[in-house]
Amino acid sequence: MKSHSEMKEIATRLKRDIIQLTSANTGHPGGAIGAAEIVAELYFNRLKHDPSNPFWEDRDRFILSNGHICTVLYSAMARSGYFEVEELKTFRKVNSRLQGHPSRHDLPGIETASGPLGQGLSIANGIALSNKLRNNNSKVYCLVGDGELQEGQIWEAAMTSAHYQLDNLVLIINWNDIQIDGHVKDVMNIEPIADKFKSFGWNTIEIDGHNISEIQSALDTFEINNGSPTAIIARTVLGNGVSYMEHEAIWHGKAPSSEEAKQALEEIGTSTFESDLIY
Amino acid sequence: MANELSGREGFGQALLELGKENKRVVALCADLAESVKVHHFAEQYPERYFQIGIAEQDMIGTAAGMALSDLVPFATTYAVFAAQRANEQIRLAVCYNQANVKIAVSHAGLTVGEDGATHQALEDIASMRAMPNMTVIVPADAEEAYHATKASAEMYGPVYLRLGRTPVPVITNGSEEFKIGKARKLRNGKDATIIACGIMVEQALIASEKLEMEGISVSVINMHTIKPIDKEIVIEEAKRTGCIVTAEEHSVIGGLGGAVSEVLSENYPVPIIKVGTKDTFGESGPPNELLEKYKLTSKDIVEATKKSMTMKKEVVFEK
Repeated sequence: MKSHSEMKEIATRLKRDIIQLTSANTGHPGGAIGAAEIVAELYFNRLKHDPSNPFWEDRDRFILSNGHICTVLYSAMARSGYFEVEELKTFRKVNSRLQGHPSRHDLPGIETASGPLGQGLSIANGIALSNKLRNNNSKVYCLVGDGELQEGQIWEAAMTSAHYQLDNLVLIINWNDIQIDGHVKDVMNIEPIADKFKSFGWNTIEIDGHNISEIQSALDTFEINNGSPTAIIARTVLGNGVSYMEHEAIWHGKAPSSEEAKQALEEIGTSTFESDLIY
Repeated sequence: MANELSGREGFGQALLELGKENKRVVALCADLAESVKVHHFAEQYPERYFQIGIAEQDMIGTAAGMALSDLVPFATTYAVFAAQRANEQIRLAVCYNQANVKIAVSHAGLTVGEDGATHQALEDIASMRAMPNMTVIVPADAEEAYHATKASAEMYGPVYLRLGRTPVPVITNGSEEFKIGKARKLRNGKDATIIACGIMVEQALIASEKLEMEGISVSVINMHTIKPIDKEIVIEEAKRTGCIVTAEEHSVIGGLGGAVSEVLSENYPVPIIKVGTKDTFGESGPPNELLEKYKLTSKDIVEATKKSMTMKKEVVFEK
């Protein structure tokens, strides 16, 4: 296990990559930055995986359902050894394996395509059911956005996870209360999230999604099997650490200008974990 | 005629056998187990059968996850609920992912009967065919459905297997090899070629006999695989007979007729007359009466054949 300070350095590295990638190539910076600590913990501490063998049968699976925040995934994959960091620069360009939304058949290590919202949990369920059937004790981690919970398929899938007692699956909800058209509670209220999942038969844990200790203890709790799926409701701040982005819906899908990117990198701070992308 | 069986019966039998032959085969269902004949498999292999409830979008996603985890899932429901309700799930989770999911659907076409337009898929071939990586199979009878199911499990990749509800005569020969993408020629003629799929293959054969009595000799092709379509036989027949009739229990927009037209317009343009529903929904009624009303009978194929032959004479291509 890496120390908290090491994890902070890694999360900062991912955030710097996200700013540089979206600023140079368009994309969705806000939600990706807000999920940096969670994804860092998964890729650098938690997942049983082998970046040099992405199809390893006994690997844990990470399903990114809200595919628009894929810069955080691409950064974590590059920085953990799935591909050369230099390849990050091809993001959203013609002939790139790093599509604007993740493409499974282009990039080994991507477990499923995503982008159209609401589908990841069903796919995660399918993998979790397959693992149970094959007596494989690997785990499935699925990340969704909070606005995504407005999709009906999520609740179909939430029933399936509970019905089949998928205690080998955890759903992490990136709760930042922002979607394209504004605050989630104004666009279409989804609260109370925890009560909804509880009533669907899930374990629920609410955490601060930027606090490494809380992320770790929530994931530790999940690993003790008890016959139910687990939902971790991670309260995060869209664009966390970048003053002009925080809580602002416009930064869901807007790329920072070079001036804005410069300011963002200053505010996020430097990282001792590996070096910056040089454009 | 041979005994009558629905396409779904042939599927159910094949799936049951696949359960024994291949431990990676699993089945999913959305509250229609007996209707889609997956109940035989469910009774024999309960640990590999997954009831998802009335949630087709979730069923397709779950099946995709299973396929990405080394299983061979058959996701079953009615055609409208898979191809149409879960269309985008099929596009992303199955086709874009190149997931090895078999989507086996019953109750396709007008012969659903009394349940009416809401349940009669007449646009599903068009939407499934348009998806990259998808294979689309429309068996002519229970025997062919049986072989198509086995062949689907053997190939890697997404398959849409379209089955009917209503029993129809078994007209295909089980001893002849079934190969995905390879049409079966049932009759050789010189004046026109009828290319049919599903229950319309039987109607095409009846039409060919009627035409023969009038001195018109036609080829009959059973085009069980709509995608990838057997281009070779389509072009060869166009060259040989010079006019084509297509027949399908589906809209004339984008189905078998569309696929044949695409092949010929780019390779060997000849007159093509499409027998199918004409940009309309169906309605309630006994299957046979519906086929008559919506002009999906051997009589309609006979008329279409004559029309195509007239057009062949009228059309002069400038070289």
